[in-house]
Amino acid sequence: MAHILLRHRDIPDIDQLDVYVQNGGFAAFKKAVTTMQPDEVTEEVKASGLRGRGGAGFPTGLKWSFMDKNNWPHYVVANADESEPGTFKDREIMERNPFQFLEGVAIAAYAVGAHRAYVYLRGEFWQVAAWLDEKIAEMEAAGYLGENLFGTEYSLKIYTHLGAGAYICGEETALLESLEGKRGQPRIRPPFPPSYGLYGKPTVVNNVETLANVPYIIANGAQAYRQFGTEKSPGVKIFSLSGNVNKPGNYELPLGATFRELIYEYGGGIQDGHKIKAIMPAGASSAVIVANDEALDTPMDYENVQNVGSMLGSASVIVIDDTFDMDWVVAKTIEFFKHESCGKCTPCREGNYWMLNIIERIEEGEGSPQDVQLLDNVAHQMQGKCLCALGEFATMAVTTSIERFPEDFAKRVGGQHE
Amino acid sequence: MSLKEKYSQEIEQILAKYPPEHKRSAVMPLIYMAQREGGYVTKEEMAEIAAIVGITETEVASLIGFYTLFHDKKEGIYRLQICTDLPCALRGADRFLRDVCDHLGIQPGETTPDGLFTVEEVKCLAACDHAPVMQVQSPQGIEYHEQLTLDMTIGLLDALRQAEEAE
Repeated sequence: MAHILLRHRDIPDIDQLDVYVQNGGFAAFKKAVTTMQPDEVTEEVKASGLRGRGGAGFPTGLKWSFMDKNNWPHYVVANADESEPGTFKDREIMERNPFQFLEGVAIAAYAVGAHRAYVYLRGEFWQVAAWLDEKIAEMEAAGYLGENLFGTEYSLKIYTHLGAGAYICGEETALLESLEGKRGQPRIRPPFPPSYGLYGKPTVVNNVETLANVPYIIANGAQAYRQFGTEKSPGVKIFSLSGNVNKPGNYELPLGATFRELIYEYGGGIQDGHKIKAIMPAGASSAVIVANDEALDTPMDYENVQNVGSMLGSASVIVIDDTFDMDWVVAKTIEFFKHESCGKCTPCREGNYWMLNIIERIEEGEGSPQDVQLLDNVAHQMQGKCLCALGEFATMAVTTSIERFPEDFAKRVGGQHE
Repeated sequence: MSLKEKYSQEIEQILAKYPPEHKRSAVMPLIYMAQREGGYVTKEEMAEIAAIVGITETEVASLIGFYTLFHDKKEGIYRLQICTDLPCALRGADRFLRDVCDHLGIQPGETTPDGLFTVEEVKCLAACDHAPVMQVQSPQGIEYHEQLTLDMTIGLLDALRQAEEAE
């Protein structure tokens, strides 16, 4: 099947403007601006069933329809802060198929009446930002951005903006704070960005991959998009496969493909002939799944992954083989969240600090069975008590690993060593 | 020399990206600009940035403290930032970090005596399929190096050292 998102794998030079245009590029943007009312664009995206690909899975068209029409100007912000351990899809889209992403930004901007859009990239994507700046300049020179687009009154400018190394800025309100020149700390919600966003104005924040879907939907219609995926989770998704597989990488598959297909058919199976032990379907934020046959045959869509006790998130599938112990895995995820907690909410700031303390004690062989209970207890105390999801995510691997792989922890605190 | 004297045109370009009434948005790009040459931002530069965007020096300092890619201390010219998060660690990143440190004779967080290299253990760089991964932050910007071996890394460090010596 030809790719919808990773089209550079079928058309290698699609990062060149003329090649992109020859292959239907900007036809969707032109169609929207010259033949559709903004609300019709939003309705089409709504009808496609596209859900946010950044992790939360919120219906994209619905988000656009929430924009407050009594408060102007409106903004569109593309979330290119891709920082979840295990996620590396947005970078590939921006590096290899940049115009499709930028066309998606442009269509979103037209749909919500924005004349200014920002692409917020994580600071590490310094080279990607410079590359996008070139591509934006090419679009301006060719008349796809700027004033009076396609002979209409509509005008649009897109700007890039670099973050500087903070996972929390992937959370949309923290991202907006950062874009306003402040520390990236989440806001209290509601109000949500479509009523109070950038500079207090209505703002749509969408993930890069989400936006890259939009040109296809507008060019071909919602029904065409719905031929991929499942009834409840339509469309295609990029699965970032990492960890102990032979062929890690990005794979674009219809939603509903199984873990087994991804890991064994596309990922070439487990490294060095080892056995698969655990799967983290949503990066370091995942509830950990025991990789038994039932799990491997689970369709990867928003509903079914939930049914096996985890979530799809941004579909960053980390595979762990049986040479690793889950207490070590948990130590790694806690270290990450301890570092990335923004410090605003006490349960997250202090909870991660204490979880790190306890897991370090366990890893050093100084822990007791009570320490494992204490770790579990601290994690549960953090849940549901923070402004954003980071405090929640930080506990997912901890509580589920203790519950689903108790033997790994018992081994570490029982005085036995490998 | 002040930032305004040195980079007047660039400052204008940065400010032009944001609505005139929201100059504060320019603070992060201005910090990047200020630290580009020396690798860190001085107190004087913080004051100047604060004046340009209309906030206090303390606020600028707090941003430098909050974001890991901003620095207020002189360290190595090349910051070798190695990811040891879970996906990379499953593919040998902890070992790779140790090997690079051993080669340079320093610990993570330390700088080589010649002032060239600082090794930093960092969080996910979004290149998990190409572990081990290292980004190099330097006056030339931020560059990714992926699917590294120790030999490749030694070659890279030698090339950087030679380029510095040639200057």
